[in-house]
Amino acid sequence: MTPSESRWADHPAALALARRHRPRAWEPIPWVLALAFFFAFPKYLGFGTELLITILFAISLDLVLGYAGIVTLGQAAFFGAGAYTVGILAKRGIWNEPITGLILAAVVAAAIGLGSGLVLLRTGGLTLLMLTLCTMALLEEAANLAHDYTGGFDGLDSLPIAPLLGRFEFNPLYPTTQYLYVLAVLFVCFVFVRTLVYSPFGQSLTGIRENTLRMHAVGAPVRRRLVTCYTLSAAIAGIAGGIWAQANAYVNLGTLGLDRAATVLIILVLGGYGRLYGAFVGAVAYMALSHFLSKLYPTAWQLGLGFMLVVIALFARNGILGIAELGAHWLRRPRPMP
Amino acid sequence: MLLGGVAAGMVLFIVSVGLSVTMGLMGFVNLAHGGFAMIGGYAIALAMKHWGFAFLPALLFGFVVTAAASAVLERLLYSQLYRASELDQVLFTIGLVFMMIASVTVLVGPENQPLMLPAFLRGQINLGITQYRTYSVFLIAVGILIVSGLWLAFERTRTGAQIRAAVDNRRMAESLGINIGLLFTLTFAFGSGMAALGGGLGAEFLGLDPQYALKYLVYFLIVVAVGGLGRVTGVFYAALLIGVLDFALKKYVPQGGTAFIYAFTILLLLWRPQGLFGTKVT
Repeated sequence: MTPSESRWADHPAALALARRHRPRAWEPIPWVLALAFFFAFPKYLGFGTELLITILFAISLDLVLGYAGIVTLGQAAFFGAGAYTVGILAKRGIWNEPITGLILAAVVAAAIGLGSGLVLLRTGGLTLLMLTLCTMALLEEAANLAHDYTGGFDGLDSLPIAPLLGRFEFNPLYPTTQYLYVLAVLFVCFVFVRTLVYSPFGQSLTGIRENTLRMHAVGAPVRRRLVTCYTLSAAIAGIAGGIWAQANAYVNLGTLGLDRAATVLIILVLGGYGRLYGAFVGAVAYMALSHFLSKLYPTAWQLGLGFMLVVIALFARNGILGIAELGAHWLRRPRPMP
Repeated sequence: MLLGGVAAGMVLFIVSVGLSVTMGLMGFVNLAHGGFAMIGGYAIALAMKHWGFAFLPALLFGFVVTAAASAVLERLLYSQLYRASELDQVLFTIGLVFMMIASVTVLVGPENQPLMLPAFLRGQINLGITQYRTYSVFLIAVGILIVSGLWLAFERTRTGAQIRAAVDNRRMAESLGINIGLLFTLTFAFGSGMAALGGGLGAEFLGLDPQYALKYLVYFLIVVAVGGLGRVTGVFYAALLIGVLDFALKKYVPQGGTAFIYAFTILLLLWRPQGLFGTKVT
């Protein structure tokens, strides 16, 4: 207990608030598992890379949807913007260094996020939902039209990505470099998001989600906070898209599609939104199920997925982590003495 | 020439009007509406192919089946989520669409279902000034019939007045003793039935396959958002506008026509978030 905390020793609530941001004992587990996966399943590293990228993308959505409460159907717009930034720069031979490429992807996606956020976030409800959807569809159409740059419907393939740090080659057939690279980027982004949501800024986002009117009343600059959050989230989605393009060495229109946006939404909700590790749990559950089931029984998979969504919306609004929390709460509840 | 666009607009209107009224009435974001149109289309196509229905009775059959199915869904499931957040409604209805698509794929198959038009709707018709496709003229006639019928029902009947009252101020309407739950079940079933009708009528040029439910959803949503929530006439004008725009753009600017519609929608919604004909929500 630090000296400043000892002052609150007899105020459990204040103490809990002051300690909220501290790492929990179980928090290294997902990272240890991710490293263990690297050594245990060298044959599935391609799948693992895809999984890690999906987690990163879901985290970006969690920031806007789970924390700031902005219901968007167009998050793939930023994923695609990042992917196409990396793709076009590499294909035209302008820039193919991976790490700086990711920063460029983040900057482009953030610029689109800022531009669209400034106008879109004036609205709410159905209008906002429609606007995010239309923005994404518009970008998709634009990418389709500018086929001199984007390759149109076929996309850009065999992108020449330079070796990482000048030493480690990207190899699509045996993606060891990709896996570790994506894991490192995911870790950096996660630490950033974790710090952000526990900061006063993150607190005010939660406040806006819970009661916008009251946040206006206490004088919080609601719209500026929302736009900032939207932009940051767009940057992270751009990184996810950029790294996807680098790891797969290609980009196509699917990166901008409604399918991708809907999938990441489902993943986040499945795991539990507004929770830091919801993206991890959801992505693992969804990707593992879809990887094995969708090839065997594609229709049954879709039916099951739909059923799962209906059940989550009706009964388990906080996803798998929400159920786990309920379970933990139930185990810990005080029991009457026999 | 323009008639093709107008005919497409009529189909858009028939499908979207139910969506607009249910969204306006209960604020329910129903992404499964395209699914109801698809189910209706299938019911109509199958009734004609396998059970020997003629075209018009098959339309009626599709309407009744879909309306009944949606009324059951509304009572059992939708009604649980009226007070839930938008996100839950979105998830629930996306899940429902997935289930509809998968069931239709399993039961009927993934291929496109052809819809045979009866002889009197095929070919060309002489309109005095010009020859035109009979079916387009038929669609326009049906569309005008439906919009006038709906307008009369909305403006001149007791139920219509109750719906308008509930759209404008739900709590006030409730305190006046209007049974909102019943009203909504009725409107929802009717709206889904209309969607089914639109699914069947539009199958000739929109096609009919399991992906229908998602493929055209954005179009239906755009029509509703542009027209304003809970306004029959607004949806009518918006559907005509989008239908004609889409038709003309596809004809003259085959590439990029769709992008223009999206851009138009974005600008319009920024200028008037409540839609062209909607009233300001406070």
